[in-house]
Amino acid sequence: MIGNQTGKPVNRVDGRLKVTGGAKYAAEFTAPNMAYGFVVNSKIAKGKIKSIDTSKALALDGVLEVFTHENRPGYVWGDKNYQDKDSPPGSPFRPLYDNEVQFSMQPIALVVAETYELARYGAILVEVEYENYSFDTDFEKNIKQAYIPEKYKSSKPPEPWGNPDEALANAAVKIEAEYSHPSEHHNPIEMHASLAIWEEGGKLTVYDKIQGVQNSQQYIANAFGMQQEDVHVISPFVGGAFGSGLRPQYQLFLAVLAARELKRPVKVVLTRQQMFSFGHRPKTVQKFALGADTDGKLKAVQHDAFGETSKFEDYSENVVIWPGVLYNCDNVKVSHKLVALDVYTPLDMRAPGGTTGIYGLECAIDELAYKAGVDPLEFRKMNYSEKDQNEGKPFSSKELRECYRQGAEKFGWEKRSLEPRSMKEGHNLIGWGFAQGAWEATQKQAAAKAVLTTDGKLTVSCATADIGTGTYTVMSQIAAETVGLPLEDVTFKLGDSSLPKSPLQGGSWTVSSVGSAVKLVCDKVREKLLQLAQQVANSPLANATLDDVNIEDGKISLKNDPAKAVTIKEALVQSQGKSIEENVSSEPVEGQQKYSPYAHSATFVEVKVDEDLGTVKVTRVVSAIAGGRIINPKTARSQILGGVVWGIGAAMEEETVMDNNLGRFMNHDLDKYHVPVNADVHDIEVIFVEEKDDHVNPLGAKGLGEIGIVSVAPAIANAIFHATGKRVRELPITLDKLL
Amino acid sequence: MRSFTYNKADDVAAAVQEVSANQEAKFIAGGTNLLDLMKIDVMKPRHLIDITHLALKTIEETEDGGLRLGALATNADTAYNEQVEKRYPLLSHAILAGATGQLRNMATDGGNLLQRTRCYYFYDTDTPCNKREPGSGCSAIKGYNRDLAILGTSEYCIATHPSDMAVALAALEAKIRVTGPDGDRVIPIAEFHRLPGDTPHIDSNLQPNEIITAIDLPAKGFANHYTYMKLRDRASYAFALVSVAAALEMDGDTIKEARIALGGVAHKPWRLPAAEAMLSDQKATKENFRMVAEAYLEGAKGYGHNDFKIELAKRAVVRALQQALEMEVKS
Ligand SMILES: Cc1cc2nc3c(=O)[nH]c(=O)nc-3n(C[C@H](O)[C@H](O)[C@H](O)COP(=O)(O)OP(=O)(O)OC[C@H]3O[C@@H](n4cnc5c(N)ncnc54)[C@H](O)[C@@H]3O)c2cc1C
Ligand code: SF4
Repeated sequence: MIGNQTGKPVNRVDGRLKVTGGAKYAAEFTAPNMAYGFVVNSKIAKGKIKSIDTSKALALDGVLEVFTHENRPGYVWGDKNYQDKDSPPGSPFRPLYDNEVQFSMQPIALVVAETYELARYGAILVEVEYENYSFDTDFEKNIKQAYIPEKYKSSKPPEPWGNPDEALANAAVKIEAEYSHPSEHHNPIEMHASLAIWEEGGKLTVYDKIQGVQNSQQYIANAFGMQQEDVHVISPFVGGAFGSGLRPQYQLFLAVLAARELKRPVKVVLTRQQMFSFGHRPKTVQKFALGADTDGKLKAVQHDAFGETSKFEDYSENVVIWPGVLYNCDNVKVSHKLVALDVYTPLDMRAPGGTTGIYGLECAIDELAYKAGVDPLEFRKMNYSEKDQNEGKPFSSKELRECYRQGAEKFGWEKRSLEPRSMKEGHNLIGWGFAQGAWEATQKQAAAKAVLTTDGKLTVSCATADIGTGTYTVMSQIAAETVGLPLEDVTFKLGDSSLPKSPLQGGSWTVSSVGSAVKLVCDKVREKLLQLAQQVANSPLANATLDDVNIEDGKISLKNDPAKAVTIKEALVQSQGKSIEENVSSEPVEGQQKYSPYAHSATFVEVKVDEDLGTVKVTRVVSAIAGGRIINPKTARSQILGGVVWGIGAAMEEETVMDNNLGRFMNHDLDKYHVPVNADVHDIEVIFVEEKDDHVNPLGAKGLGEIGIVSVAPAIANAIFHATGKRVRELPITLDKLL
Repeated sequence: MRSFTYNKADDVAAAVQEVSANQEAKFIAGGTNLLDLMKIDVMKPRHLIDITHLALKTIEETEDGGLRLGALATNADTAYNEQVEKRYPLLSHAILAGATGQLRNMATDGGNLLQRTRCYYFYDTDTPCNKREPGSGCSAIKGYNRDLAILGTSEYCIATHPSDMAVALAALEAKIRVTGPDGDRVIPIAEFHRLPGDTPHIDSNLQPNEIITAIDLPAKGFANHYTYMKLRDRASYAFALVSVAAALEMDGDTIKEARIALGGVAHKPWRLPAAEAMLSDQKATKENFRMVAEAYLEGAKGYGHNDFKIELAKRAVVRALQQALEMEVKS
């Protein structure tokens, strides 16, 4: 595709709506006669509700109903009916199912009232008596009971290859290290919210915060025993989600339940504190044993991960695939076990498994490089993987070497001395660190529809989401370019369950999957356009094939004689007032299975660490990305910047802390759960290296939502080591760990 | 949030009368702390007396050459006041190290002194907390206590006072002017906040029926050698793990007077005049600074997660005094 639209740093097409407040998020929708629900959450981590007294709440004038396990209506309660498209194996949580409490802050009642304030007041008045059971929330204590799940949610860890034990025993240089990554909560700015509108005849319209409207649609249909066609889910804008919106959350279920029972619209919005009452990135401990020869050739890798899950579902993510993706090593053995706790099930969070796995691996490799006395970047070059060893397949493309080169040059890496504590400025020790990363560039099945009306306006649609990543913009660009229209004449519609089928928005596959469908459907429109253009009287294109013409700037012209052209408007006249309408369903491209598609990153970091006080400042970050074709350099850069900022948070600030006396996450608000602020963020340089990929998908684009974060935290941790000589193997690296 | 009634007070006397008549009444100034706590049901006043219209917003010189900050002057107006910036830059810096621009525009000086602790459990009504619910127990002592106190704690509570401003006021020996049903009185800042003891639910010695009208700063402002150092888990918008207000009066390379107050370590700004006096007429050396730092942390006790604060506070005192010493003296 010759880029006349894609490849340009186009502003977000929805930018104006967003900055003027015109973009509506789930909690902002209203309906006539709407009531408000407020959730009551469990105080205890495990046990039974002995009694729940709602009389005081119900006595308030304006409180309509309090739903609990005692009075909830009997719908379909088989747990299969609660499975959604992102459910891990197990038995999903069913809100208000019975009197059992499975985790702290479990929703146990919904107070519905005429106003939000009243519902919130009513929630205070609900009195609950519990029977306490003993609970397991201490990860370290329970690691002894770690188990291999019957079924992995993620891909099964690859089988060992080579002879890792022997290779490790014989390796001249060895390290053993344990790395720990804490639980983290997603904390998008927008809180989870649902408005359910019950309509005459048993139909339901729902505004929901979700990363895939059709997931909510299917979930509601199954859980409430409804026909999918009777459930209409709308979600035009999502104020960040990072994975927290992959699964329908309990506020959706409760809003629908209340709306259905009360026969009036009900809105349920969670508070910031309640945002800590469901999925989170699992705490993950990783044990490494690595061996190399004295030159720094990697000889053996052993990587064992232990990830947190709940007692009712087996959540797992791809933590241990990274040695096979990132390194060339003949002897590798990995494992992934789960530690089940009395918590809500963990949930995919931006680069699930990659953020944790690559953090551990890239720090451990840094240790090994140091032990071998080899520059960490040199070490990566020496052990560069030319193929994905897990799958035994070549990469669809891999320009990571070019990332090394351009990143190192921009950063000034060659001036680095290997010695830790070798750079100092006043009280500050200066350190330079490196890490590399990868993220899978999958393509999923997706459908799209295109309608070109006779006035030359194109509308393309798919039930995908825009979680702030720029989907509206990028899809419009792809469509405008393919059909040859100016961007202003293209509208992209998403976030509506009645639109053509879409995968969940996650996994960095939206551009790849939905983008390919958009391209395909627009190619069909192109074909139709040429046919129409050929029907124009004395058409100069009468004998042209699609390959002979350019369609751009509203014109269809001969490539070898651009003066010979028919305008799109002229062509459309031939359709006699009928729009061109096309539908496609696009499958992953043929032959793709022969390749392993990954995006890659190389991150260079400078930190300044106050030697006495332990405070760390990340003064410079250079992140070089090989992500295939970049459809929009501006939104792409924003994705990487966001990834870097989050990486800073992961390295130094973020952690949800479990109080094991109470079985409760205790820092459950944004005062105490720290994410980076502007003052934490300094120079960030983003580089996209040229990468041509004919195998990954028809667009050659890899998706950038996750590759930006994976190598940032380890690069920072490695830079802190270089600055201080101290290896902190537990995130976040707060100042106390450096005193 | 519970429902409440609301009234605007016309003058100080009326405000005092109204609050005296109703045990469940509370003043509301900027509301940046009180409203947050009401929304999560930690504070439950049945009646709010809005004092934002009282004539307590001015910042003016006092007869003895000091400066009087009206209780309703905002944190922003105080920090950027010309007199404060010039004569009491320590205070200005401390205020600006706290919260955000938006919050400081709303927050008042009186309200700042009375903001409540940021202890995790105090904020979560589903957990035991003696400060919130006397007799329910302290979850923090054996629980998560990274942010909590290491000095002056009790077996009932180990919370800290979170204010930055109060730490500078302690170093400057400010006086709090209050009015109650029996008239006016002045409370030195050192006696304003309390240690938790067995009554951690009482934060200060201000009586429930008293109103703060002003904060008086003495003439001496230490504008030549001062530092407010705030150590925290991110570069801005976080409460202090440890903070130090340090001020020196120098005679050549000899210290005439030193003032040191610590924040983030106790239920009140931590100041030890006897330890400060160890520096009087001494040379300003790192060894002497470390000596006074050791004295400040004597008897400090960690509770696990916050053990690190003891050493951190010592190092912070030394660094803050060094910075105060080395700062370029403005003419
Ligand atoms: C997100 C956030 C971050 C913050 N970060 C910091 C920080 O880093 N450092 C810091 O120091 N502070 C910080 N703060 C706290 C902030 O400084 C206080 O909330 C503010 O100073 C309180 O002032 P106010 O006028 O809003 O008080 P209000 O909330 O109105 O009142 C607080 C209390 O004082 C009482 N009161 C108010 N005025 C008077 C008076 N004149 N006489 C008697 N009683 C009175 C009220 O009854 C109430 O009990 C932060 C606050 C927030 C919300
Ligand atoms: S330290 Fe004080 S405020 Fe915190 S839980 Fe204990 S009693 Fe409550």
